[in-house]
Amino acid sequence: MGETPPRSANAGTGGIRVAPGHGQPAGASARVAEAPVSTRTPGGGDLGGGGGLPRARAFGAERAFRGLTLAAGTAVLVIIAAIAVFLIAKAVPALRANTANFWTYEGWSPNDTAPEFGIGTLAFGTVLSSALALLIAVPVALGIALYLSHYAPRRLGTALGFLIDLLAAVPSVVFGLWGRDIFVNPVRDFSVWLNTYFGWIPIFGGDGPFGKSIMLGSLVLAIMVLPIITSLSREVFLQTPTANEEAALALGATRWEMIRTAVLPYGRPGIIAAVMLGLGRALGETIALAMTLGITFGISFNLIENGGNTIAANIANAFGEANDTGRGALIASGLVLFTITLIVNITARAIIYRRREFTESAA
Amino acid sequence: MSTTVANHPTRPPAQPATLRARRLPKYAPPVIAAAAVAVAAAVVYGTSIGGPVLVVAVAALLYLAGLFAAANAVEGRRSARNRTWSALIHSAFVLAVLPLASVVWTLVSKGVERLDGNFFGTSMNNIGARDANGGAYHAIVGTLEQVGIAALITVPLGILCAIYVVEYGRGRFAFAIRFFVDVMTGIPSIVSGLFVLAFWVLVVSPVFNDGRPGFSGFAAALALSVLMLPTVVRSTEEMLRLVPAPLREGAYALGVPKWKTILRVVLPTALPGIVTGVMLAIARAAGETAPVLLVAGGGAAINLNPFENNQSSLSLFVYQQAGDASKYAPARAWTAALTLVTLVLILTIAAKLLARRNRLGR
Repeated sequence: MGETPPRSANAGTGGIRVAPGHGQPAGASARVAEAPVSTRTPGGGDLGGGGGLPRARAFGAERAFRGLTLAAGTAVLVIIAAIAVFLIAKAVPALRANTANFWTYEGWSPNDTAPEFGIGTLAFGTVLSSALALLIAVPVALGIALYLSHYAPRRLGTALGFLIDLLAAVPSVVFGLWGRDIFVNPVRDFSVWLNTYFGWIPIFGGDGPFGKSIMLGSLVLAIMVLPIITSLSREVFLQTPTANEEAALALGATRWEMIRTAVLPYGRPGIIAAVMLGLGRALGETIALAMTLGITFGISFNLIENGGNTIAANIANAFGEANDTGRGALIASGLVLFTITLIVNITARAIIYRRREFTESAA
Repeated sequence: MSTTVANHPTRPPAQPATLRARRLPKYAPPVIAAAAVAVAAAVVYGTSIGGPVLVVAVAALLYLAGLFAAANAVEGRRSARNRTWSALIHSAFVLAVLPLASVVWTLVSKGVERLDGNFFGTSMNNIGARDANGGAYHAIVGTLEQVGIAALITVPLGILCAIYVVEYGRGRFAFAIRFFVDVMTGIPSIVSGLFVLAFWVLVVSPVFNDGRPGFSGFAAALALSVLMLPTVVRSTEEMLRLVPAPLREGAYALGVPKWKTILRVVLPTALPGIVTGVMLAIARAAGETAPVLLVAGGGAAINLNPFENNQSSLSLFVYQQAGDASKYAPARAWTAALTLVTLVLILTIAAKLLARRNRLGR
């Protein structure tokens, strides 16, 4: 990078559409320069003022820098591919050694001489706890976001929004510790109460012990994803064009009608993005669930009895005493988790990318 | 959009002489609330099915129903809906603040118990179940080293990647990179831990380690950088796009080559925003437990060398102490959690303040 290429040579190459985000090509002269520079001979071009342009160097700083950035960009694709390749490579031997059906067997004992392990219960627990967490968190988070953006006084809204952003940064292990030591008590009381009066509903049935249940795990998860969904959707709500809101109000809409007709439709892609990000975090959440769930194997819709397990929590819990096959089995389960989150993410991004063409939102 | 403002089927039955619509008196909501609490208490304690928490829950439902009914009778349906939703939104806020406040309160009240010099000056080496001492020095060192190395790897890579996407990339390939950076944001931390386990710990590290797989702080740094990369790329990308085009055009007009324009004009202009993004990514990485658990192994002794042997980190320390049977472990866990949160919050707050001073603005 030490050398400085001839000024005039790169004045041309530099003009190629300056910033794609702004969509403003830097005038007609820049477009002319898009012609391959290397074909130009000194004084050979019939473009006015282009005479005397020296040849562009094949290996100048410009190319080197461009190649460097290209390599960095490619690295992202390489990393994603490498994740898939290495996980598959390590998972296959364990899957071969598995004497039970990986998809249907309910249990996890890959360290035995005849390894038996199945993903079914774990995948079920992962999906169930995440779905419950989102079911609880999304309405509340949207409520808070609306409160902060449209109900609270402006100053209070900004201050509280800042606070919510900070809460989104609190590590999950802290929520796990809190859930295990503190939150478990009210949840246990609530579970006992539910069991007493609503025990006839299967999901609240069982005869204990209660507490470290799917319900505790989902509630902790919900509290964790709440700040993320809130802060993202609040930002989207704040970006609603004031003109739209004022137009709705001027037509006689109440505040709620204004929100329903102007704010929510405008923010929909952003809300979807926020929810999907929350879902991604909930699916992959490890430590908080490893600390709050009762860790059992078995598919059960019972929400309040001790139990529940997820792919990620199982990896954290079982990793310590895993042997070679055990590690492979955990990696195989991680591969399943990776695939699930990848599908969720790609779907979410595809929705956002398609919507972005219609609404210029910040999603 | 279905509710057109023009037709409202349920107008209040009696139109007053004035043009102003009839409104609920100011004292109505508190009265309804008091009545709701009274009725809820009577029902709950009368049938003895629960305690004060249930009273509050039932009262809240009764209040919503009562408010809707009253507003519906006096002001009409649209206004009743407005009031009910407004009450719901306010209660959502209260509902969420309670647990979050509890987290903060517990963290501080339980965390100060072991907040002493011994905690920050010693490790857990030779600390048995009956020892009240023991600290997180080794974990703090581990966190700082791992996050530092991860930042050293991620920051140049992420910024170069963002430069490619914004300044050079065209067509499908650049789009693919952008898309997969977005997708990468959602990779669970445990998967990145497993990836480094499968790639570095099990395959590469035996080469340096006499054929045995070895845990190390560096492996944890690799896993953390996989997690940090998309955040850094995304925030840098956004900031680079905010740099005004005339700035670049001015540089080009002066004959500055493109790479130099990027390095000397575009990057410095976007720098505060980029630093903000990097700090947020670091804050997120510092709090990750799962990858460190999988690839650094955790250890009780001080290990200053990130390239060899087990290392701990603050978040892993919290997790391990939380699972420890010693009666002194919870206090250590909470103090470490408080330390971790303080570290993360300082980074986050600094990042946000820096973002506020950013001249580019969003």
